[in-house]
Amino acid sequence: MKRPSLGAITTEAKLLLIGIPLAIWTLLPIYHLFLFAISPKESAFSGKLWPDHPTLHNFVVVFKQEHYYLHHFWLQLWNSLLIAVVTGALTLLIATGAAFAISRLKVRGGRVVMNLALLTYFIPAAFLAVPMYRTMGLYGLLNNQWALILAMVTIAAPYAIWVLKQSSDQLPVELDEAAIMDGASPMQLLWFVYVPLMAPALVAIGTYALLLAWNEYLYAFLLLSKDTTVTLPVGLGNFLAADDSPWELLMTTGLIYALPPAAIYYVFRRYMVSGLTQGAVKG
Amino acid sequence: MVSTLTLPESGAVRAVPARRWLTPWQTWGSILIVPYIIILILFVVYPVAYGFWIARHPHSYVELFDDPIFARSAVNTLVFLVIGINIKMVMALLLSGFFIQARTWIKWLSVLFILPWAVPSIPTILSLRFMLNPEWGVINTLIFRITGEDGPNWLNNPTIALSMAIAVHIWKSLPFWTLILIAGRLAIPHDLYESASVDGATKFQKFKYVTWPSLRTLYLTSTILSMIWTLGDFNSVYLLTGGGPADLTHVLATLGIRYLRLDQVDMSMAAIVVALPFVLPLVFFLMKRLSK
Repeated sequence: MKRPSLGAITTEAKLLLIGIPLAIWTLLPIYHLFLFAISPKESAFSGKLWPDHPTLHNFVVVFKQEHYYLHHFWLQLWNSLLIAVVTGALTLLIATGAAFAISRLKVRGGRVVMNLALLTYFIPAAFLAVPMYRTMGLYGLLNNQWALILAMVTIAAPYAIWVLKQSSDQLPVELDEAAIMDGASPMQLLWFVYVPLMAPALVAIGTYALLLAWNEYLYAFLLLSKDTTVTLPVGLGNFLAADDSPWELLMTTGLIYALPPAAIYYVFRRYMVSGLTQGAVKG
Repeated sequence: MVSTLTLPESGAVRAVPARRWLTPWQTWGSILIVPYIIILILFVVYPVAYGFWIARHPHSYVELFDDPIFARSAVNTLVFLVIGINIKMVMALLLSGFFIQARTWIKWLSVLFILPWAVPSIPTILSLRFMLNPEWGVINTLIFRITGEDGPNWLNNPTIALSMAIAVHIWKSLPFWTLILIAGRLAIPHDLYESASVDGATKFQKFKYVTWPSLRTLYLTSTILSMIWTLGDFNSVYLLTGGGPADLTHVLATLGIRYLRLDQVDMSMAAIVVALPFVLPLVFFLMKRLSK
């Protein structure tokens, strides 16, 4: 007990030998992003681990929208937020209804719908993008933010329904039966029994859809193109159009854009991890 | 399938056997499921059918196979899937073993390790892209400082550029799959390991006879699911290389968008149709596995 044995030390050393490179690999691109954001323009490229004169000047420029690429920063941030929140809410509403109907009300044809949803889940997102883009054109929705919201709901809903169905299948039937004995209607059952019991899974799903929409780039730049309607990632992508892009401002804006999802993830981590992995582990 | 569902299942007769025949339940069930069915028809069924309709002309396929960029993209996609995904999944498998070690610092590391997956890809991929910049990027600056020689022109060589795109993909999605496999490992009953220890099993034997048999199915499912998702991974390639140099690093996901921009939607859809014979068996496998 006095000193750790040689074996314990070598085990610890081996673990550190994995852990340290892993930490560097994981954090380097994110740290690089952060470093650019707090560096003055001239010294951003110096390759130093910490700038000589760290500054918040880049943030001021971004917040005041003082660059050609940033003229609509606040509006695009708002667009991102709006689209993410509406997508999250709509997905939650649609998926809860569908999962409840399939799993608890055993609606006729529910299995078919579940299988179609699962099939949709397995369409690679980029494969659906082109026909989706053309279809949105036919519907006259291009450049309308509803196009992106509906596309995101379409992509988020299958997984949402599947996860909710998996968890709701585990709720005992006796609960429904007791509620029915008490004369509960289907909607009362949904609202007073199902939703409270499913709350953790619902939080996970709502967050999942919200983050999916916030993070989306491909569909956003396909479906929206006006500077005033696009989301922030599309605005970031526009920086790439020019060779003399102000990289320090791009990185600063990128950092601001990356913070909310990271924060949300850490706040809801418990729900997210269990909600999102339990289905997969069963498979 | 509908008819089998409406048949009363004798085994499942519960306290309220007539429930599914009671109209309020079916009515409300229909009302609740209809919004999703509308979404499904408007934004999945119709676009997919429309896509096939666009891809109906044989000459699109002739043109497609004449296009050297398509052949190159198909090979790139295959490399991306077969090499990239397998490296990623083996890494995830090994790392899941690392992360279940009971150490406080490993717990903290696992919290940080999730970051690449938790943050949006655009800022981090652009950050990586800038790190790889041959003149000002931090990597070549360091190479120059240490060796006194110029580093490689990372994104101008198609082989290195594609490898870097694969690395970016791994960087981004490794945490997720590690998390899945950690959950899988934690679900293995602990007494299996204890009895293996009693029998004097080595670490490798424990892995071979306890861990792997329990994880095998999950590992295979994860690999195939990851392949399908990676087919749709547009960002790793587009944001890092943009398909360049000289359109040599495209994958199917970015090629489709390239054709769309060139106003050759039929080619874009034809490329997807050509990929279907390879994708559908994977989808079929996953459907069987997950639709229980």
